[in-house]
Amino acid sequence: MPKRLAVVDPGRCVDCLLCALACSRRFGEGGLARSAVAVRSVGGVEHGFVVIVCRACPDPPCAASCPVGAITKAAVGVRVQPERCIGCRTCVLSCPFGAVHWDEEQNKPVICVHCGLCASFCPHGVLALEEVEGG
Amino acid sequence: MDKYLPRVLRVDLTKKRFWVEERPDLFERGLGGAGVAIELLHELCPKGADPLGPENPIILAVGPLNPLFPLASKAVAMFKSPHTGNLGESHCGGRAALALRLAGFGALVIQGRSEVPVYLAIHRGRVQFRDARALWGLSSSLTVGRVLRENEPGAGARTILRIGRAGERLVTYANVIAETYRHFGRLGLGAVFGSKNLKAVVISGTVTVPIPDPPRYQKLYRELWERATRSDLMRKYHDLGTAQNIRPLHEIGALPVRNLLATGFPGEPSFTGEKLAQEFLGRRLACSACPVACIHLAILREPHPAEPYFYKTTFVSYDHEPLYALGSMLGMERAEDVLKLIDAVEVFGLDALTTGVVLAWATEAFERGLFGEGETGGLRPSWGNAAVYLEMIRRIAQREGEFYYVLGQGVRAASARYGGEEFALHFGGNEMPGYHTGPGALLTHLSGSRHSHLDSAGYLLDQENLQRGRKPSPEELARELFQEEARRQILSSLVVCFFARGLYDFGTISGALAALGIERTPEELENLGIQILRRKYAFKVREGFELDGLPIPQRAVEAPTPSGRVEEEFLRRALREMARLLEGEDGMA
Repeated sequence: MPKRLAVVDPGRCVDCLLCALACSRRFGEGGLARSAVAVRSVGGVEHGFVVIVCRACPDPPCAASCPVGAITKAAVGVRVQPERCIGCRTCVLSCPFGAVHWDEEQNKPVICVHCGLCASFCPHGVLALEEVEGG
Repeated sequence: MDKYLPRVLRVDLTKKRFWVEERPDLFERGLGGAGVAIELLHELCPKGADPLGPENPIILAVGPLNPLFPLASKAVAMFKSPHTGNLGESHCGGRAALALRLAGFGALVIQGRSEVPVYLAIHRGRVQFRDARALWGLSSSLTVGRVLRENEPGAGARTILRIGRAGERLVTYANVIAETYRHFGRLGLGAVFGSKNLKAVVISGTVTVPIPDPPRYQKLYRELWERATRSDLMRKYHDLGTAQNIRPLHEIGALPVRNLLATGFPGEPSFTGEKLAQEFLGRRLACSACPVACIHLAILREPHPAEPYFYKTTFVSYDHEPLYALGSMLGMERAEDVLKLIDAVEVFGLDALTTGVVLAWATEAFERGLFGEGETGGLRPSWGNAAVYLEMIRRIAQREGEFYYVLGQGVRAASARYGGEEFALHFGGNEMPGYHTGPGALLTHLSGSRHSHLDSAGYLLDQENLQRGRKPSPEELARELFQEEARRQILSSLVVCFFARGLYDFGTISGALAALGIERTPEELENLGIQILRRKYAFKVREGFELDGLPIPQRAVEAPTPSGRVEEEFLRRALREMARLLEGEDGMA
């Protein structure tokens, strides 16, 4: 059964960014520039945080919006084919969650592949891999 | 070493100019953080500089481990302190370290003075000088943070460092607030910002730090992450925060109460970590790259004085030191009142710890009749009286009249003006932290390079010695604290939070550095720590500091500690040994 990354308990998020930093380590890099997951406060840290990451839409608008077919639907989420991408950012505009992140150095989108590495480094149970219904 | 770390971003506020210097020499020798900042301070701060003059540099530095390893979450500031007139060093969590490092710099140096209030916006490696005249004089530092958050890009990977009114008006213990609720708290960096007409610095980070040995790095990261998240420390500081110290310190009679006239309340204080967590805790926060989340926010719900069923809800960050200084030191009975005082110093941008000790001194001095209502402007400070303390905090931040102006310079200046030196609780000009545990704590406060409890943590050594029934000689105590302070120089050069000191022994640090392409043996690290500490001492001596003859407040040696009263002669002997170690006549390096 395929699994997707889910934000299961955002109320426990403490903004440590360990998820985002873990995502960068996938590529053997440090930092946040190529991270597919981001954390933002809800209008100030007092009010809590949102974790911005691909929710694996059943019918993903990012894939539908790409003029060159560089984003295709996968078993869970989407896959980006960077060699086809022309860097137009239409996919960024198409996602209502802001979950299409942007690699400024390469000028390409960064979208979660639902590998779950970030969840394994979340110390407070905010993120988890969960089975996709009917998947 | 990666290509970004040795880059030093230089800013001249007078000429509104910025440039980047490559300084691999400094970072190869001193790693980063404190090890680099002290060298920059020696280079850039002229001897005898006016701490509030344009020549005083503001140096912010990060290290190779930020934010690449767990708990590598701190940034270091160095400057000449307007509060003590000597070495200014302060550490800050939040996102300061992550943002500066990922902005592509190992250090930021700000010099000069702008003619008009400005703030610096540092994005994509470039500095913008932005008009801060509309922000100058705002009543709350929290509003400044909100406006900058809304007006500046880089959300999610940025730091917003700013001062409040106290910094603008050069209160010598004004702080710099990072994000919300984290601080470059001590020794008056806020006043140095204010003296430069610098209201804030916003830094966002967008670079990728290349890792030379990814498999080794990923493996070590996972090991450290697992050790950190499974440690007792994680549980302790996550659950209750640093406020968890209040109850045990009170139990052993080591929590200073009412300007150290006592070391305990009749019953348990109302503001222990346990009680605050049960009754007020609203949210926990973490510094970037730290799983612990020790930052605890209380929710203070106050009924409106005029309108029924209307409540003001305020979030207040509480920690051990503010609870001590604005709680036990002032004899506060109600936790709500302590939280109100903490909120007030946050709004004005004052160091909570110093402010509390200043108010405690003023209360005792007023009771003894060293000054009267003529000086205080009609206020009658008394233990536990939050309303009067709130008004005094406002007047200190505003610098209203001669009396509050002097209070805005700390207890050393205030007692020199009004008397009461014997109960003015400062060490080297810096107000006393919240531990009266025994000779170790007192020696740390006296001899630590920042006169901070964190320099060499004598308060921890005291508690260990108490449990073991061990009584070290003055010379043994000096040597143990010297070694601890030297070890901590490495942590503050990486820059790793001191909470992680158990995680990062020299062997582990050596391995972490190797994964980043920096080869240092554990022995080399140990020696480097001693060198950095001695360089800090050398700066202090250059600026006129002497350990020999350093004033010891009479109250501190009269008030009993859990191991009894500490004899002044014991401390003098320990200080002589410490001076010998710091001057380097023992061959340790």
